[in-house]
Amino acid sequence: MADMNPLEQFTLEPVFGHFGQQAHFSQANLMMILAGTLVLLLLRVGMAPKSVVPGRLQALAEMSYQGIMSMAVGTIGEEGKRFFPFIFTLFFFILFGNILGLLPFSFTYTSHIAVTFGLAMLVFVLITVVSFAVHGLHFFSYFFPAGAPVFLAPLIVPIEILSYLSRPVSLSVRLFANMLAGHVMLDVFAYFVILLGGAGIVGGIAAIAPMGLDVVMIGFELLVAFLQAYVFAVLTCIYLHDAVHLH
Amino acid sequence: MDKKRDEGGFDQRLQEARDRQGLIDPDAAPKGKDLPDGAIGAGTRVGVEMVSAVVVGLVIGLWLDRWLHTAPWLMLLFLVLGMAAGVMNVFRLVSPRKTPPE
Repeated sequence: MADMNPLEQFTLEPVFGHFGQQAHFSQANLMMILAGTLVLLLLRVGMAPKSVVPGRLQALAEMSYQGIMSMAVGTIGEEGKRFFPFIFTLFFFILFGNILGLLPFSFTYTSHIAVTFGLAMLVFVLITVVSFAVHGLHFFSYFFPAGAPVFLAPLIVPIEILSYLSRPVSLSVRLFANMLAGHVMLDVFAYFVILLGGAGIVGGIAAIAPMGLDVVMIGFELLVAFLQAYVFAVLTCIYLHDAVHLH
Repeated sequence: MDKKRDEGGFDQRLQEARDRQGLIDPDAAPKGKDLPDGAIGAGTRVGVEMVSAVVVGLVIGLWLDRWLHTAPWLMLLFLVLGMAAGVMNVFRLVSPRKTPPE
């Protein structure tokens, strides 16, 4: 608490002592493994009863399965079923990263551009590979919309290529910026509480305001955590739809 | 089991039961709905789309300039192209999306 730096929460620290330092195993890696384990546990333990009338946990597991399935099929089309495992994994990895990051003393790995850009590049490589696999060299017609005047090609093609290349950037920046901004704001208001709390009785009473704001912010951040994971998954679906159908 | 009723198939019986109960078929609900709306969400999405295209154009331009020793012309060219791509991204975002076939 010596220096009140709202960005300090994003520094990576090795965990597990000597092992962590040698393997560069930071709390981000730990949280990723935790998130993956929790998703697996949710499905494994949730579906264990296999009852026709699901309990709470089984209902949650079934809802998450059906929700992503309907999103994949609804957005991509019938081919969406082939990409369901990828979208499901992507959505829940991001969702659990966002939500686990809201717990005290934890760490939000989705607040690092390296992580989100890595995920976005994974999507980008996948949609490009799928496009080539489905359409072959016809893929390049994506960069020139049918019906446009040919003499405009030198202008349209570079713009379309840039637009295509900007996808992973916008995809990753959106998630990263949302998570970063939310956590910085939470931190800044928390510092206000501490500063005001140290300023006598009047300050102590005034500190209720930023504290209340933080409470509201946590609720808002829960919404953002879900929304951003959803947006990432839906955009992946839209891109996959474009890759499968070309326009 | 009543053999006669089974001939209609499960889907049809489900539909009949739903009609009896006055339930709306959940499959008929808006499918493949787009990104959730909301002023803040729409605003940040537009901003991110525009900026990312400009940044990609700028980076490609700078990289080509360093490679071909043409500074600063390709940077300027790709900056403008990036802006155009950004506007196109936003246009795609706000224009109603084509519904996926079938």
